[in-house]
Amino acid sequence: MHKGQETTTDKFHPASAPDFLPRPQLRDLQYTRLRGMVEHAYRNVAHFRERMRGLGLTPADLRSLPDLTHLPFTVKTDLRDNYPYGLFAVPLDKVVRLHASSGTTGKPIVVPYTRADIKVWSEVMVRTFAACGLHAGDVVQNAYGYGLFTGGLGAHYGAEALGATVIPISGGNTERQIMVLKDFNTTAICCTPSYFLHLSERALEQGIDFRQLPLRVGVFGAEPWTEAMRRRIEEETGIRAYDIYGLSEIIGPGVGIECTAHDGLHIFEDHFYPEIVDPQTGQPLPDGQEGELVLTTLSKQAMPMIRYRTRDITTLMAEPCSCGRTIRRIRRISRRSDDMFIIRGVNIYPSQVETALLNAEGTLPHYQIVLTREKDLDRMEVQVEVTPEVFSDRIGALEKLNTKLLKSLEQVLNIRVDVRLVAPRTIQRSEGKAKRVLDQRQTAG
Amino acid sequence: MKIKQLSVFLENKPGQLSGPCRVLADAGINIITMSLADTQQFGILRLVVREWQKARDLLEQSGCVVKTTEVLALEVPDRPGGLADVVNVLDQNSINIEYMYAFTFGRGDQAVIVFRFEDVDAALEALRRSKVGLLDSEDLCRLSER
Repeated sequence: MHKGQETTTDKFHPASAPDFLPRPQLRDLQYTRLRGMVEHAYRNVAHFRERMRGLGLTPADLRSLPDLTHLPFTVKTDLRDNYPYGLFAVPLDKVVRLHASSGTTGKPIVVPYTRADIKVWSEVMVRTFAACGLHAGDVVQNAYGYGLFTGGLGAHYGAEALGATVIPISGGNTERQIMVLKDFNTTAICCTPSYFLHLSERALEQGIDFRQLPLRVGVFGAEPWTEAMRRRIEEETGIRAYDIYGLSEIIGPGVGIECTAHDGLHIFEDHFYPEIVDPQTGQPLPDGQEGELVLTTLSKQAMPMIRYRTRDITTLMAEPCSCGRTIRRIRRISRRSDDMFIIRGVNIYPSQVETALLNAEGTLPHYQIVLTREKDLDRMEVQVEVTPEVFSDRIGALEKLNTKLLKSLEQVLNIRVDVRLVAPRTIQRSEGKAKRVLDQRQTAG
Repeated sequence: MKIKQLSVFLENKPGQLSGPCRVLADAGINIITMSLADTQQFGILRLVVREWQKARDLLEQSGCVVKTTEVLALEVPDRPGGLADVVNVLDQNSINIEYMYAFTFGRGDQAVIVFRFEDVDAALEALRRSKVGLLDSEDLCRLSER
């Protein structure tokens, strides 16, 4: 049961033209851009140049698009090792904005944009919203967080460039979100899917039924979700729910989006070239086979990413889509090849938690991260085993320890967490090693 | 005069207390006195036993975190003002009490209070100069077996 404005989705936005390029023309464009990108990175990024030389390669060795598979991978730790500016390919006076996202330890990774990068970002976000059937006249409530996180500003600039009316409400403050959603006649919302369900339930408690409001589209991302959750959202709120994909290392949101066919996410591959590789061996896999998504930026100036290992597991779908777009699709991200998890839209690595615990205690205690969902809001609890070194017969001393751990965690992770001291040897170990993350959230909705 | 007290970390959930109790029971170790401090999340079981080293080792072997602390046991007349007199001595000497717990051994005239002081030696010295009755661990054991 959807609201009857689906005809508006047929409006064609000129920015979406590259979505429909004939494949041979697209491949030519990709190759031309790739050559330029690799030359740019080779000339200006020492890290990349050394990697290429290590393999006996120069940009001239790139004679066709498939030659891309000979280039070295870039991994998350490369970003950490070159913190903060080491991978920049332009001088700082060409960088007009910096964003950051969580790294694998306490330090974030820094993402720079030139003016041209910001323009490309807006363009792919226009194409994103257009694919979801949005256009000038839509009122977009942008509930992604504004700030260092790429979600807020990425969606904001895209919706503005589309010609829609943007409400830059940012994340949080559920009561105000509901009031604005109702009073401002919002037609589209951007947030995490779990937060939207939370909004919808809280609204219902106040007697506000989203099915009665003009809201018709949700652009949901920054966390994994399932078809079952989509069905639940669409049934309970009467909107069309779209899965959006992106990552800061590549550009932010706007790497891929579902079209109205809701059958995989189109990757804007004229800017971000996708490959699938075997996560263990790194060997390229053919379209249709599941593996790790690897992305190469084809136009990014400030920080080109060559063959970036996303750690997201998916499949590349080459067959034509019923919507007419020729750019390839990926299946919804089902899982990760590392132990990163996402909570309230924020990427967290267990190694960050370890850094925080180490900072607080001096040694690393046994710990476990327990993720739960209460009333559609994610909760993260870090259970820490009490060691003889930190144990005290005084309640106050243990409460102090608890607070110290909490502060250290919040400082590193930048999100609210709970800490629970637990008895020794209560956290399960398999082969001597503790299972770090216990995800008890029901993503099935 | 100082008495060894064992503290055991417990999570605040059902069944947590039975483990340490069973360990001591199986070894035939009698608990002379105890107290349980708790918060919403966790608790601390404090124990005074005769064979404290053996108890500590057994508890640790069973997986508990155990902390050994020195406490003082004072004999306090079981009448109105009995405790006030003792606390008065502590106040006059600026002695900080971390926590305390009281019991009677079923005697009508005297109660026993275990005190955990911030500075046990300073407390001991101050109390020795006063008329407060200090008990050592032998006294405690004897009282508990009467």
